[in-house]
Amino acid sequence: MSIPGESWIGVGRLDDVPRRGARRVNRPDGAPAIAVFRTADDEVFAVVDRCPHRGGPLSEGIVQGRAVACPLHGWVIELDSGQAEPPDEGCVSTVPVKLVAGRILLLLATKSPLRWEAA
Amino acid sequence: MSAPAKERLVVIGNGMAGTRTVEELLPRTPHRYEITFVGAEGHPNYNRIMLSAVLAGEKTFDEIIINPGEWYAEHGIRLITGVTATGVDPAMRTVALADGRALAYDRLLLATGSKPLAPPIPGLGLPGVRAFRDIADVETMIDAAGRHRRAVVIGGGLLGLEAAWGLKRRGMSVAVVHLMPTLMERQLDRAAGELLQRDLDARGIAFFTNGQTEEILGTERAEGVVLADGREIPADLVVLAIGIRPNIDLARGAKLDVNRGILVGDDMRTSDAHIYAVGECIEHNGQVFGLVAPIWEQTRVCGARLAGDEDVVYVPPPVFTSLKITGIDVFSAGALAAAEESDSEITLHDAKRGVYKKVVLRDDRVVGTVLYGSVADGPWYVQLMRDKTDISAFRDQLVFGRAFAERAGAVAASVVDVAAMLDGEQVCGCNGVSKGAICRAMLDKDLRTLDAVRAHTKASSSCGSCTGIVEAILTHVRGGAAVVRREDPPICKCTERGHDEVRRAIVERRLTTMDAVCDALGWKNRDGCQKCRPALNYYLLCAWPDTYRDDPQSRFVNERVHANIQKDGTYSVVPRMWGGLTTPRELRAIADAAEKYEVPTVKVTGGQRIDLLGVRKEQLPAIWADLNDAGLVSGHAYGKALRTVKTCVGSEWCRFGTQDSTGLGVRLEKLLWGSWTPHKVKLAVSGCPRNCAEATIKDIGVVCVEAGYDVVVGGNGGIEVRVTDHLMRLATEAAVLEHIAAFLQLYREEARYLERTAPWVARAGIEYVKRRIVEDGDGRCALFGRFLHSQLFVQTDPWAQRAAGAASHEYRAMAEVE
Repeated sequence: MSIPGESWIGVGRLDDVPRRGARRVNRPDGAPAIAVFRTADDEVFAVVDRCPHRGGPLSEGIVQGRAVACPLHGWVIELDSGQAEPPDEGCVSTVPVKLVAGRILLLLATKSPLRWEAA
Repeated sequence: MSAPAKERLVVIGNGMAGTRTVEELLPRTPHRYEITFVGAEGHPNYNRIMLSAVLAGEKTFDEIIINPGEWYAEHGIRLITGVTATGVDPAMRTVALADGRALAYDRLLLATGSKPLAPPIPGLGLPGVRAFRDIADVETMIDAAGRHRRAVVIGGGLLGLEAAWGLKRRGMSVAVVHLMPTLMERQLDRAAGELLQRDLDARGIAFFTNGQTEEILGTERAEGVVLADGREIPADLVVLAIGIRPNIDLARGAKLDVNRGILVGDDMRTSDAHIYAVGECIEHNGQVFGLVAPIWEQTRVCGARLAGDEDVVYVPPPVFTSLKITGIDVFSAGALAAAEESDSEITLHDAKRGVYKKVVLRDDRVVGTVLYGSVADGPWYVQLMRDKTDISAFRDQLVFGRAFAERAGAVAASVVDVAAMLDGEQVCGCNGVSKGAICRAMLDKDLRTLDAVRAHTKASSSCGSCTGIVEAILTHVRGGAAVVRREDPPICKCTERGHDEVRRAIVERRLTTMDAVCDALGWKNRDGCQKCRPALNYYLLCAWPDTYRDDPQSRFVNERVHANIQKDGTYSVVPRMWGGLTTPRELRAIADAAEKYEVPTVKVTGGQRIDLLGVRKEQLPAIWADLNDAGLVSGHAYGKALRTVKTCVGSEWCRFGTQDSTGLGVRLEKLLWGSWTPHKVKLAVSGCPRNCAEATIKDIGVVCVEAGYDVVVGGNGGIEVRVTDHLMRLATEAAVLEHIAAFLQLYREEARYLERTAPWVARAGIEYVKRRIVEDGDGRCALFGRFLHSQLFVQTDPWAQRAAGAASHEYRAMAEVE
């Protein structure tokens, strides 16, 4: 099910993302990039790739459980909610994501993917 | 008018009980007595409980000294050591000393302690047979561990097992002979004793239970022991740890009433009203003492009595035991098993995980507990025992521990443990210190550090197992004013264990993967966190350089992508310039790359190389390829690794230069580059004492002089400037390379992750570093060998690998969407 104007877009395969790691999906026209995470249990999450603190690239952080530590100053962001772990306060936008037959799909207000890396 | 003459108090025995009594006495009446201590050992008073830690190499002797010489001087106490008291004359009130001197007293305190028990067997007098009782015994054992291979410990009680473990840690092969079928049978029941034996067995200690020693073999020195059933165990060292008996020789000579020990009443007086006795030498109500908690209570009573307080009487506190073997958790208190009809036992036994818990009940009250593998609730059970709490309301949850009982709502719940503790609740069992006493002392005396709390309250100063709770109280009560410092603090919230403990476990238990570490050491969350994972990754890499597979997902971004992330998410690129030397070709390649990739900022660094700032991630492999073409490789400016070797021009050009400092710098950098370390490492080599390369604020520095090379270590020019300590002067470049590589390896193996050399050297002490690097030639060669071995696996340029396509996913987006 999708909201009008948005659609599920394939951005790559699960295997393209290292376990306990992340990859980046770039968007056009200065729209912030999206970080796609894969946990140790092969769960997938996607959030805007900007830490609410100082804009650090969350996709470069260390993944722990369902959270990531920002590489710049160590804020820990919950991937399912986008919330910073207390005592820090802040929130990053999450992006709906699903796995279909090993492919990662994001719900985005865009037309179609130009290209993605071969598995 | 002259001051009234002071009474003379003579204390025989400069050990824990005697000094502690005086510490109890002095605050009550600082000036009443002129105090003299007589001690047979030639050492200051030390914490006998920690002898096993000294034997295991976890502490030094200096670290377990309780009262240094200054303490005696400060309080005007006269200290006579290395001299035995040979007689007491109660009628004349004098003490005779072995050197012919005599001391007169008004009050006498006997704190003569105990003697090791020896079995009546042949061979006791042979060299190589020792008790485990004092620091001289420990020194002998450490020495034997250095020269000999096999040890037999007779006695599988608390002391014997700690001795066995210490000798094992020192590299000996160790067998324990124990008379009874299970270990520590006085403190543990059968099930816990068997778990303990299984775990120690897995650590390589052999056991001979039901073993009666018949004879110690040997002619020149101990060669082995023979058991009653004919079994023979070869040994170069035999340690006797079958128990102790009160040392009552002096009291008996003085015709005081004695039985097994010196008989004392509730007021700690002997049968002579002027003579008191405390500690392991006494007998009270038919009981003798070997554990510290009741003895501290005796010293409290005795100190008060000596100060003139006639109301204080001795009531033995509940006794509990814990074993000081790193990584093995044992706790026991009170009854070991149901003994009466109204008694019952609740047990939880998980043999696979090595957890065993038993609580002994009498009429709905806890009267004993035996815990193995999970001992955190020990103090809680003791508290329930002491308070005689009716547990019927939470009997079902009791064995699962306090947290569970509280969650079930059976016991008043708490948000933070220490916040919920009652003031009367005992924190330090050894010293009988309650939470309330600690809180009052912190506030009244403005205590902010653990050491200060220990000094004033004694809490956590004996066995140390309650240190974490005392620290938590400190933080709770003093908030931001608290300065919490633990010797080996937990790595992070994922574990209670400290860096040192984890590193030891990795090596000793041969844990070779991160999963194995987290499983074996009980990590709270399987994934760890950004604090512990990089540390574990490093520790594993350092311990197993040839087999461990580096985990990129456990590295900070800089080390994973081999460039330094900047605040805008771009990266910086710093190629290596060996010893700060470069060539026109290299400079041209850097200039070309800077223009081609439109690098916004080019900067000369403090480490004598050039930094290209503002490179986008996807540009990295290409810029590296271009730099590689000119022979430039990664400078590891992004890593907890060997960074730079800064040099001055030295004797090749400088009119003051004494040696070829530049050449030595290049050779050092070629030897050390690529090595991963606990934190970044910077070197410098100066060609003369003018020290233009600033070698004395580097992690490792060399200052050349006419006679050779001064090697200095542990400096830092960062937030907290620290000048290096002088390691030694060497005559040749080869010696410099060997000593520095050995030092770096020692740092790699023993410092904690993210600890620079400066705090590490400050913590370990330069004397320790000198012992390992300068005095111990064999040890240095072994360190050097391990360093060279680990270098085999890392001296490959990571940039060249990535320019050739390795880890390509790091450097491009997974997708571009429109």
